[in-house]
Amino acid sequence: MSGLAVSNVTKQFGDFKAVENVNLSVPHGTFVCLLGPSGCGKTTLLRMIAGLEEPSSGAIVIDGEDITGVPTHKRNFGMVFQSLALFPHLSVGDNISYALRIRGTAKEEQRKRADELLKLVHLPGFADRPVTKLSGGQRQRVAIARALALSPKLFLLDEPMSALDAKLRESMQVELRQLQQRLGITTIVVTHDQREALTMADLVVVMGQGRIRQAASPIEIYRKPADAFVADFIGSTNLLDVSTDSAGRAVILGTAIPGLAMPQGTTKASVSIRPEDVHLGQPGSGAIEGTVTFVRDLGATIETYIEAGGSSIVAVTTPRERVDVAAGDKVGVILPAESCVVVKS
Amino acid sequence: MSETFLRRLYFFAIGLFLALPLIVVAGVSVNEKQDLTFPPVGFSMSWYGQIFADPEWRQALIASLLLAVSAAAIAVAVALPLAWFLWRRIAPWANIFQLLGVAPFILPPVITALGMLTFWATSGLYGQPWTAAISHGIFFVTLPLVTLSLGFASIDRSLVEAASTMGADDRTVLKTVVLPLILPYLVSGYAFAFVLSLNEYIVAYMTVGFTIETLPIKIFNALRYGYTPTMAAVSVFFVAVAALIFGLIAWFGDIRKLLGAMASEG
Amino acid sequence: MRREKPQSLADYTPLFFPGVMLVVFFVIPFSTMIAVSFFQRDPSGFYTTAFTLDNYARFLSLFFAKILGFSLLLSVTVAICCVALAFPFTYLLTRQVRKVQTVWLVALLSVLSLSEVIIGFAWSTLFSRTAGISNLFVGLGLLEKPVALYPTFGAVLTAMVYQAFPYTILVLYPALVRLDPTLLEAARTLGCSPMRAFFNVVVPALRNTVVATVIMVFVFALGSYLIPQILGRPQHWTLSVHITDQAIYQSNMPFAAAMAVFLVLISLALVGLTLLAGRKESAS
Repeated sequence: MSGLAVSNVTKQFGDFKAVENVNLSVPHGTFVCLLGPSGCGKTTLLRMIAGLEEPSSGAIVIDGEDITGVPTHKRNFGMVFQSLALFPHLSVGDNISYALRIRGTAKEEQRKRADELLKLVHLPGFADRPVTKLSGGQRQRVAIARALALSPKLFLLDEPMSALDAKLRESMQVELRQLQQRLGITTIVVTHDQREALTMADLVVVMGQGRIRQAASPIEIYRKPADAFVADFIGSTNLLDVSTDSAGRAVILGTAIPGLAMPQGTTKASVSIRPEDVHLGQPGSGAIEGTVTFVRDLGATIETYIEAGGSSIVAVTTPRERVDVAAGDKVGVILPAESCVVVKS
Repeated sequence: MSETFLRRLYFFAIGLFLALPLIVVAGVSVNEKQDLTFPPVGFSMSWYGQIFADPEWRQALIASLLLAVSAAAIAVAVALPLAWFLWRRIAPWANIFQLLGVAPFILPPVITALGMLTFWATSGLYGQPWTAAISHGIFFVTLPLVTLSLGFASIDRSLVEAASTMGADDRTVLKTVVLPLILPYLVSGYAFAFVLSLNEYIVAYMTVGFTIETLPIKIFNALRYGYTPTMAAVSVFFVAVAALIFGLIAWFGDIRKLLGAMASEG
Repeated sequence: MRREKPQSLADYTPLFFPGVMLVVFFVIPFSTMIAVSFFQRDPSGFYTTAFTLDNYARFLSLFFAKILGFSLLLSVTVAICCVALAFPFTYLLTRQVRKVQTVWLVALLSVLSLSEVIIGFAWSTLFSRTAGISNLFVGLGLLEKPVALYPTFGAVLTAMVYQAFPYTILVLYPALVRLDPTLLEAARTLGCSPMRAFFNVVVPALRNTVVATVIMVFVFALGSYLIPQILGRPQHWTLSVHITDQAIYQSNMPFAAAMAVFLVLISLALVGLTLLAGRKESAS
């Protein structure tokens, strides 16, 4: 099966482009996360895939069939909404079998399927409970079960974890991923939480201001961010200016970085380096000179904030690699070339 | 002490003020003789029986009930599709119908009554019983319209979207999601229109007052031409019916919400 | 389903029945009434179709001015009395627990359903010489002997306030029940007693609601038809009474219609004011 293809999709509200020229290809069975800050267009994109919004231009194709003009109720995609949207006037079981009920399926069939799905989401026996008497986590499972009732081609979720508390969120992320792998269903999740995206997804699509900035696996997004926006959004990072000196070497904060190659024809750019890749040592040759401004000991990690040449740099170390410094000390900062990623500003 | 005491006193005074006429009417209704005296002389519940026994009062009662049942149904039949349309579609010009729905009720009743009178007189249909049902139905459209608008507004739109992702087209959504959720508002709108129609005088009078006597018409005539405590008994009966209906609504629903409170807090 | 413009003609179907009903049974009667106001009186029938401004010309008489003035004065007084009494009551009611509120709301709705006839009758008994509250006053030593307290202006006023009171409370309820409680808490922490907080914080905050309610009760009171007849003398008759009187008993439909049109215009102007006040409040 070929999967989902979004081609050149734009959504415009008056002058405002919520989604601009988005191209995305999702192979069957992939877990995709649309990731980005609020207002980046990710929810609008998801809603267009679901049919709840119509693209201003472009096409949405699934398994070779153009569904751009097809109304929502004919697309047969399962969707979980941010508010979960469980029907308050129906029981858990009736909620789950709703899709079957409106297609005229026999009552025993409905019941069987509902029980099946409830087992799948670890809520056996909940069929007759009223929806209003469930906890947040239980409601979410019911919403998931309901969306999967007809074994849809696409499983869409809009910020599904936002109503859960932190601890529950973590365990649900793992559960959702396991569920998806078990069913092999193509899944698209919208989230603003990059930890969530990195945990669950095969493919992370980072969006900003209506456009896709980068679409790649979690590790690649983390290690090789395509631009400053992605680098800054995923995990924390240090963004520093880099330029070429007269000798053709890459220079950051006045110090040459051996081995760091600048892209052809660029003399000025930005460099992204993760805090855990920053080395601290004695001030001296080859190292950038800086002053420690703040040290945060978090137990499992130690964050050291350094001011160097007008910029701030954060270094994160485990207790084992700790460097004994305190605020006010002078320190040498080493940025290994292999950990530096040159990004477009 | 002063704060709570003052408040209790205030509430008591208001309660007394509201109850006073009811006490009088109830007292009059149990007079033994055919006298409208208060405090009552003797005690008899026979006048309550009269409502059903005396053919004139009974006919008036039936007329009132039939009128109320049909008028409330017409009111709801007009208000429901209108409220649905205004919620479902963006059509600013359609709001004029909302204004039309609210107008009869906001304006002084005598206006609507007179308007109906001229209309039916001009069309030559004056005096037919069903003209009162239509007149009342339009007059009371506002009540179900307001409750239904509140009801529709309270529906979370993501419920509707969720239903459509599961394959429900417009009609199915209406049947399986929207209608069950606005049912309480539908019922309360009907109940309001029903109760008010039972007690309405002037529109009924001006449209069919010369051919049919509804209870309020009969009571007013009784006031002027022939006193019996039955009239007081009827009033107490009506208040009891209203209290029962509204009490039921309060029991099964959230009457605070139906009257404008946000979703229940403690 | 997303909220969208009507796509096809079929999408307009829900509007069909309400539209027809409202146009045929409200707009047309209304227009007929306006038309009739320009017609000539026919003592034997309803009216004759002839265009004349006579009916409106009668507005310019002193007699009419007196009636109008009285109606407006009475309605304004009723409105102010009602709101003054109901506002603190409704405010205090919304601070009570749910159960108390529910009981009171059911009671208010039941009283609201009392027809004007009954209210008139009950108060006529309460104000009568033989059975009324004046006997109570005699018992308390405030009066020498029982006296009939009607037909008087005061009697009409009291009964009309009674009639409009539950309506006033129900109009005020939504605004007061949604009032932000932290407003008052803030006032309390700053040293206001509950009563001062009420006058200094609540009343100003809901200024526009109060004005709007006064206007709505005013329009409601304008519609009072039976109470002025039962509890008052002819000089206490409001416009509504005269309209019915002219229409039914004096067989002067055109004049009645003209007065009705006039009443409508006043009511509409006031309701329009109410909406404006409401819009200002939500904008602020």
